Amino acid sequence: MWQLFKDSAYDFIGKRRWAYLVSVIFIAVGLVSVWREGGIRYGIDFSGGTLIQVRFEQAPPVERIRRALDQIRLGESVIQEFGDPREFILRLPLTEVPPEEVTRRVQEALAADPSLGKPEIRRVEFVGPQVGRALQLQALQAVFYGMIGILIYVVIRFDFKGGVASILAIVHDVLVCLGAMSLTGREMSLPVLAALLTIIGYSVNDTIVAYDRIRENRGKGFKKGLPFAEQINIAINQTLSRTVLTALTTFMATSVLLFFGGKVLEDLAFVLTVGVITGTYSTIYIAGALIVDWTAWAEARARRAKKAVAKAGSA
Amino acid sequence: MRRYLGLRIAIVLAVILGSLIYLYPPPGIREYLYGPGGALARKGGLLPPTLNLGLDLQGGIHLVLGVDVDKALESQVERAAADIRGSLEKKGIGVTQAARQGTTEIVLQLASPQSWNDALIVLNEFPAYDRKSADQSAGRILLALREREAATQRDLAIRQGIETIRNRVDQFGVAEPTIQQQGENRILIQLPGVQDPERAKALIGKTALLEFKFVDEQADVEKAVREGPPEGRELLWQRVIDKQTRQEVRRVPFVVHRKTLLTGADLATARMSIDQTTSESYVSVTFNDVGARVFAELSEKNVGRHLAIILDGNVHSAPVIRERIPSGQAQITGGFTPEAATDLAIVFRAGALPAPVKILEERTVGPSLGADSIRQGMIAILASAAIVFLFMLVYYRLSGLIADVALLLNLLVLLGVMAGFHATLTLPGIAGIALTIGMAVDTNIIIFERIREELRTGKTVRASIDSGFSRAFRTVVDTHVTVLVSGFILYEFGTGPVKGFAVTLMIGIAASLFTAVFFTRFLFDLLYTGRRRVESLSI
Repeated sequence: MWQLFKDSAYDFIGKRRWAYLVSVIFIAVGLVSVWREGGIRYGIDFSGGTLIQVRFEQAPPVERIRRALDQIRLGESVIQEFGDPREFILRLPLTEVPPEEVTRRVQEALAADPSLGKPEIRRVEFVGPQVGRALQLQALQAVFYGMIGILIYVVIRFDFKGGVASILAIVHDVLVCLGAMSLTGREMSLPVLAALLTIIGYSVNDTIVAYDRIRENRGKGFKKGLPFAEQINIAINQTLSRTVLTALTTFMATSVLLFFGGKVLEDLAFVLTVGVITGTYSTIYIAGALIVDWTAWAEARARRAKKAVAKAGSA
Repeated sequence: MRRYLGLRIAIVLAVILGSLIYLYPPPGIREYLYGPGGALARKGGLLPPTLNLGLDLQGGIHLVLGVDVDKALESQVERAAADIRGSLEKKGIGVTQAARQGTTEIVLQLASPQSWNDALIVLNEFPAYDRKSADQSAGRILLALREREAATQRDLAIRQGIETIRNRVDQFGVAEPTIQQQGENRILIQLPGVQDPERAKALIGKTALLEFKFVDEQADVEKAVREGPPEGRELLWQRVIDKQTRQEVRRVPFVVHRKTLLTGADLATARMSIDQTTSESYVSVTFNDVGARVFAELSEKNVGRHLAIILDGNVHSAPVIRERIPSGQAQITGGFTPEAATDLAIVFRAGALPAPVKILEERTVGPSLGADSIRQGMIAILASAAIVFLFMLVYYRLSGLIADVALLLNLLVLLGVMAGFHATLTLPGIAGIALTIGMAVDTNIIIFERIREELRTGKTVRASIDSGFSRAFRTVVDTHVTVLVSGFILYEFGTGPVKGFAVTLMIGIAASLFTAVFFTRFLFDLLYTGRRRVESLSI
């Protein structure tokens, strides 16, 4: 029988300061990258604009495409190769020109340069300013309600501390994903948002498995008198092989999607893949550790309060 | 839990059979499940023929149009203002001004305050308008369209717009279009499998308001360009288009009378024609009975004058009336390509939009990209399934094989349920399926790890299976609920393709409750029941 972790007894909780440090570094690097780019890079779904995916007969030099686009003066456009040297994504900002005109002019400008070969417009996406703003709002609402929904469920099933710790772990995962996106120059789009929301639901899974085990152990009167931190560490170890194995199969699926799913799905698959990794990490190292520290802090405060009361009584 | 084995066999068979029937319905049943002509079979596709494919997979146009309903109201109010002036003048009441103000108001200035009472009697004929303020000594009245009436008109504009667009799309020839109202003043249009998206968009978005107005030959055109047109006239332009490059070469100004003589609503039919001598395409229109009578009359009385033919505010031509035209036929020229003339004829037959529309959102996918997406998506699904399969088999051996069979059933049920609910498979939906493959076995991993743990405590194989399943069950439900919460919220807030992702994710996860819990348990029981004593478990 193959077994990934047999009777593992890693001291995850004991090393939690290191884990916090690692998380803080990762998140900080990501956030610095986001900050240097002047915030999250929004795709046209949220910022509005026109995206045109075009394929040429032969791979054209980018300068040629740029020259053709410069002639129609539709503002600062971005030209990107898209998965194939013959295929490009052209992004044009919002203008006064109606969207049907924009596509037509781009098509004509590209066709006008015979050295570019015959261009085939494969995809056009236009998002107007009203729609972009509405989608931004919807996205924020979706993430917010997603977290609230998870919080409510974990609080009902376990306790308030567990719920809040789960949410903190989720925020951790989302921040890592946003940082990774920024570092790899990816944009926030609707599919990426879908991936983030999925990660919100998925990364809390393993955390729940671990919490469930803590409760089960307690119910059994498991090794009474063991410090709380130790109980949590045991539970994490007991569920370790599950946590890692379930993440592994999901990771297999998302990485296949990342490498074979095509360029359109790449960003979505990337966020899912990063999310699965960081979600597993945060389950093992962060979610339990947060409860331990919170409990310790609450107990210390209670002790201090008691002492203060005792002092006041004796005075 | 080893009881009811017969019942469980029946349930499993029913689910398999049901999914298969929904995915590959035999002729006869197909019509019953999907309606006559529903779920047209795709030939040679990689996906089951009854699956509804999103526009991003089959190619097509997704448009959200904003209807400028206020424009419809404004022209409505303008017409009413003209009617009011007409009614007053018919009663011999002088009017110096009757004009729209803002969107729904009409300013009425009587020539003399003496006719005040007579004017009020006439105004009673227009119950849709409320007297907002009145100044009898100045002979000035401010009328406003009643709020309820305005709301009705706005609603009507949207519904007429949808009807008109549907007519145009039907005449253009698109299979299974979706045209529906979205929100208060938006129209959602989905046209699958359109080959020439640019043409379709132009056809849909054109207001196509056709008007016939007299040119004011006496007016000083240059002065009108400089200082604006005189009272009762308007300044319009003719765009002269070069025949070769199809670029606008210059614009010619025209001063025309504001009064509209005839509109597109007076047409009976329209068709594309080609001039035999110049081989130029034009649109030949025929007026209906009323229109033909008006046309005959005005052409008779105005021989020698120029009649401007105006489309969406642009003068297309302004021919001279040479004689009375009793046939009720007219030609609209203007350097059209044959396609443009054909489309214009369609648009005339379908009627003008009651209000201008603007594209707010567009997502167009060409057919070749859709086919590529399906191919790549299928590769991703098959590859991730293969890797996960292999992993489960190597790691859990016979039990892994059971999980693999359950995974196959999961995919079958997922697709079957999608076909049954007429849900749409999108490209992100394919990603959702690949993800489901990775997550559906999670349930089995949780259960198997638990069984292994139970075995390690020295329990018998049967007891381990029993307690493994029952102990893991709560955890499994927990993990399902959290993903379903995300999926549900994604479905609620997501649009189009993203909704497709949420749909496959939710169905896949829900199906895994059946396949990974009920079905694997059933297979375990089938394998380990009736045998003497089970000594070991391949897990």
